[in-house]
Amino acid sequence: MPERDSAVRVVVVHPDLLGTYGDGGNGLILARRLQWRGLAVELIEAMSGTPVPASGDIYCLGGGEDAAQHRAAAELAEGNPLGQAVDNGAAVLAVCAGFQVLGRRYPSADGQVRDGLGLIDIDTRKGGGRRPVGELVVTPSPALGLPQLTGYENHGGLTTLGPDAQPLGRVDAGVGNGGGDGSEGAVVGRIFGTYMHGPVLARNPALADLILTSVVGELEALDDSEAELLRRERLEKVGTSRVTDRSRWTARLTSRRVSG
Amino acid sequence: MGRASRLAGRGGGGVIGGRVTLLVDPDALAHLARGRRSVLVSGTNGKTTTTRFLAAALATAGPTATNSGGANLPFGLVAALSSAPPGGLAALEVDEAYLGPVAAAVQPEVVCLLNLSRDQLDRINEVRLLAGRWRQALEAVAPAPADARGPTVVANADDPMVVWAASGADRVVWVGAGLSWRLDATGCPRCEGRIQFTDTDWSCGDCGLARPEPQVTVDEVALTDQAGRRHPFTLSLPGQCNRSNAAVAATAASLLGVDEAQALAAMEPVADVTGRYGVVRVGGVPARLLLSKNPAGWMEIFDFLRPPPSPVVVAINARIADGRDPSWLWDVPFERLAGRQVVATGERCRDLAVRLRYAEVDHVMVEDPVAAVAEARRFGDASQPVDVVANYTSFQGLRRAAADA
Repeated sequence: MPERDSAVRVVVVHPDLLGTYGDGGNGLILARRLQWRGLAVELIEAMSGTPVPASGDIYCLGGGEDAAQHRAAAELAEGNPLGQAVDNGAAVLAVCAGFQVLGRRYPSADGQVRDGLGLIDIDTRKGGGRRPVGELVVTPSPALGLPQLTGYENHGGLTTLGPDAQPLGRVDAGVGNGGGDGSEGAVVGRIFGTYMHGPVLARNPALADLILTSVVGELEALDDSEAELLRRERLEKVGTSRVTDRSRWTARLTSRRVSG
Repeated sequence: MGRASRLAGRGGGGVIGGRVTLLVDPDALAHLARGRRSVLVSGTNGKTTTTRFLAAALATAGPTATNSGGANLPFGLVAALSSAPPGGLAALEVDEAYLGPVAAAVQPEVVCLLNLSRDQLDRINEVRLLAGRWRQALEAVAPAPADARGPTVVANADDPMVVWAASGADRVVWVGAGLSWRLDATGCPRCEGRIQFTDTDWSCGDCGLARPEPQVTVDEVALTDQAGRRHPFTLSLPGQCNRSNAAVAATAASLLGVDEAQALAAMEPVADVTGRYGVVRVGGVPARLLLSKNPAGWMEIFDFLRPPPSPVVVAINARIADGRDPSWLWDVPFERLAGRQVVATGERCRDLAVRLRYAEVDHVMVEDPVAAVAEARRFGDASQPVDVVANYTSFQGLRRAAADA
């Protein structure tokens, strides 16, 4: 493992805008997994309205509502701190709205096309049908050397991958990117994008360690027996029960409501 | 049939009859509400308690229909109204996603809006969308001629989402009811700018949407009404959040002619709201049941718990009524439970156990809630009831376990 002379800086980007689905947990998980291995860590919550530091080692972006997503994208475009950090070798984990913002284009609530940060070669448009909400199971791309991934998706946008982006994996259950190719998420260098909430790193500690090792080198194993119980439960649940989440009796009235 | 409803995991058994009525007659709710003076209560947290307070207050003035069991979907409202004689008053809790259709059917005199924050996001999707729908609903029930009477809204001035929604109404009475969870209100609901909070105030830096000056306030001692009169009061229920709920209920009651002092006096003895806060025996062990189903609710709960090292049982399910996605557990600062033994239980105890591990809080996992309460007793003072915090369906399960014992 390369010797570091400073703390690993984990930056949670705009938790006040991109933290709707508990995704702030990803930053905490990364920080704790370094601490438990004796590494010095600085966990930075970069609230909106102040510049995001470009000197971080790992950045976490989470899900958020449409307006908040737009606000975050506009702030991150100023001075492009994420782009600078990525050029300097930082890793990024971006979930849902945060994932979309990293791409070339993403949709606003009313379907307008907005410019993303262009850090990864993906394009997101507004989905026309039912919002994908539910358990998501993914077989990761073999090169990543990860076990099956589990998460919970809840998004209105559909994402297609360009030639410069590789999928994080292939969807076994759920919708994922929804672009028609059965892919989920994207990986470009040390940037990992996904639609999996949960948070994704709580359910998939191996993905957490993949991101960490990409920045700090090899790491010793931790006791992940509780996370393993959770993973197995979620995977088995989807394997045995593929029913949709809404019961028929609520659907009768739900259908009157506008859904985002 | 009541038994079937309880098994379905929602409501206290009062829903099935209402559902049948609604399927037969889609206008049942409107018919049943006609000729009544109704108050609707909605929001993410505090609906059931506020409705209970309101019903107690209104009952001092006359027969009052209410869905006191928390069955707050249209079926539940139909059941509540059809079991009460026609006419009279009604205090009705309404699920936040159904406020529009329910208000259109019931034509209430008063609508109480408490707060909006993340809860059941698999169903609600976005808090801000919901605020927008509330606003449209209130505009829709405002009468077309300016001299007609639409509902008066009693609204929490401290929640930007509520303020934006309530501003669509004819007449609003603003109550300073507090907001303990602000992370869902940082984006301005009107312009997409940023809401800036101070301890007691908020405003949008971009469009100027700002906290209205409350006409009604509440502190540790008294409620101050619209006329500036102070009404000292005490409650049997703990916590400042319940004093705020009482202030909203008393203000709504005053709009129906029950003065605040009389209303608050009627709320004082309310000690148990559909089992919440009550001490029951679970598997023979005395347990105090607390309901908390989202991050905002948890912010209040930490203050109710017995101090460390008292153990606490936390019961988490993720059924439809809970929201299928328990990732909100990561928005709750469970780090504040450090120094206690936590017993993680319920159908999603594994999610909770992982959360507690990263919070570095001592815990054990016991999936069966009855066994979990027994386990917690080993860690605490056996003469004290065990504190149990449960989310919606796990709470109902514990109440049934207590009733069956």
